[in-house]
Amino acid sequence: MTPSPSPPTIGVLALQGAFREHKRLLQTLGAQVSEVRLPQQLEGLSGLILPGGESTTIGNLMVEYGLIQAIRDFHASGGAIFGTCAGMILLARTIHGTPPQFGVQPCLDLMDITVQRNAFGRQVDSFRTSLDVSGFETPFPAVFIRAPIIEAVLPGIEVLAEHQGQIVLARSGNLLAGSFHPELTGDARIHELFLSMSRRPEQAH
Amino acid sequence: MLPGMTNHSTQQGTPEIKFGFAEMFKGGVIMDVVTPEHARIAEAAGATAVMALERVPADIRKDGGVARMSDPSMIKEIIAAVTIPVMAKVRIGHFVEAQILQALGVDFIDESEVLTPADESYHIEKSKFNVPFVCGAKNLGEALRRVGEGASMIRTKGEAGTGNVVEAVRHARTILGEMRSIQARPAEELMSVARDLGAPYHLVQYVHAHGTLPVVNFAAGGVATPADAALMMQLGLDGVFVGSGIFKSGGGDLSQIEKRARAIVKAVTHFNNPDILAEVSENLGLPMTGINIDSLIPEERLASRGW
Repeated sequence: MTPSPSPPTIGVLALQGAFREHKRLLQTLGAQVSEVRLPQQLEGLSGLILPGGESTTIGNLMVEYGLIQAIRDFHASGGAIFGTCAGMILLARTIHGTPPQFGVQPCLDLMDITVQRNAFGRQVDSFRTSLDVSGFETPFPAVFIRAPIIEAVLPGIEVLAEHQGQIVLARSGNLLAGSFHPELTGDARIHELFLSMSRRPEQAH
Repeated sequence: MLPGMTNHSTQQGTPEIKFGFAEMFKGGVIMDVVTPEHARIAEAAGATAVMALERVPADIRKDGGVARMSDPSMIKEIIAAVTIPVMAKVRIGHFVEAQILQALGVDFIDESEVLTPADESYHIEKSKFNVPFVCGAKNLGEALRRVGEGASMIRTKGEAGTGNVVEAVRHARTILGEMRSIQARPAEELMSVARDLGAPYHLVQYVHAHGTLPVVNFAAGGVATPADAALMMQLGLDGVFVGSGIFKSGGGDLSQIEKRARAIVKAVTHFNNPDILAEVSENLGLPMTGINIDSLIPEERLASRGW
C-alpha cells in the first residue's frame, strides 16, 4: 500500500474579496492554506486561488505590489491557478466590459478565454441555479453574483459547464476558471478538482 | 428534458445571494461620491463600490434641513459612469424610496441615519426586497434587529461627516465585545440575553455558536486616514466605508483626493503591515478638518437615529 500524498499547499490571493470562504473550504479538505498579499508569499505553493471581489480593485493592487509578473512566473514554474468570478476575469486574455476610462484593465493574460464582465446585469439580476458539470454525477449548486461569462475560448480549452448556452466553467491544463462562487454553497467538489490539479507530478504517486 | 437531467430552476433575491454579494466587498473600501467624475476617480483608485449621494455627510451636517434620497437622474448618471457596484441611501423607514432605488437598478441600499428619518418607530422590512440592504448599528442589539429585518450587511454608525474615528471605534468595540461575551454565556442564558438586547433569539444563538454576525460587518462614520482604516480592520471589521473623508480632503484638489483614496485602499488590504501603512500615509496633503464629537449637541448626533 502506498502512503497517501501529503496535501498540497494552496495560497488564496487576499488583496480583496471573498478569500476567507475559499480558505475555510480548502481547510475542510485537509489542504494547507495561506493568504497571499505580496510576491514572496507565493513561495512553496502548489496552487493559487484568485477569489471573487472587484476585479478592478484586485487588478490595481496586483499591479501596485508586483503580483502580475510574480503570478505569471508562479504559473510558468508549474503552479495551478483557479479563478472565481473576479478571479476568472483576472486570468483571461481579453476582457470585455471594462470602463472606457480604464483603457486596458490589469489582468494576468494567462488563459485563452475572452470574458464579459457583469454579463447577467446588476445585483437584482444575480441568481442561484444548479449546473451540470462535466465529470460530476449530480448537479452543482451555483451562485452567480454580478457574474462574468466566458464569451469565447481558443482551442485547447476544455468547457466543463454551461448555463443557458454560455460557458461558465472551463479548464486549460492546470488553470481553472469559473463565473460562479463554489466557495459559498458548501459543495466542495470543484475545490477537490482544483486540489487534484494542484498536485505536482512528483507528488502524484 | 433528457433523462437524468434535473430541473435547473433559478432563484433570485434569496438571503444566500444577498449575503454572498456582501461577502465580495470584504477587504475593500466603499466611497461616497456626489458626481460621475468622483465615481470614476473612486473606481480608478480601487473602490469596491461607490455610494451615490447628493451631498456628503459633512455638507448635510453644514446645510441642515431635511436630507432625502438623491435625485434618480443623478444616481443613473453614476450607474452609467462606472462598472463597480453602486449603492445609494434611503431614509430610515422610507420603503418607497427603497422601491424607487431598486427600480433604478441600484446594487445595494443603505437605510441610513445620515438622512433625516422618515419613520420614528420602524425600519424597512428589508427581506422582501430583491436588492440587499446595509444598515448602521451602535451595538449588537441594533445590529441583530436590522439583520432580523433582512439587512445583508451591517456597518458601525460612527459619527458621519466628522472625520473623527472615535465613535466608529466605540461602536466596533461595543459590537465585538458584546459578541465575545455572548460566546462565553451558557446556552440556557441566551433567551434572557435576547430579551435584554431586544434581538431575535435565533440570531443570538448564531452569535453564540460562531462569535460573529451572520452578515459582513464594516466600519463607517469618521474614517479619514489610511491609519484610521487599518485601525478598524485590526479591531476585527471586514472593510470600510469612507464618506466625507476622501472628497472633503486635500482642499478639494482632485489629485490629492485620488492619492488619499488609493492610500486608504492599500491600507485596508495591508492593514497588518506597518511598513506599507507608513509608506502609504506619506504626503497625503490635508485631511478633512474634522469635528470634535464633544462639541456636537445631542440633536446633532446622527448615530442616535435608528430604533
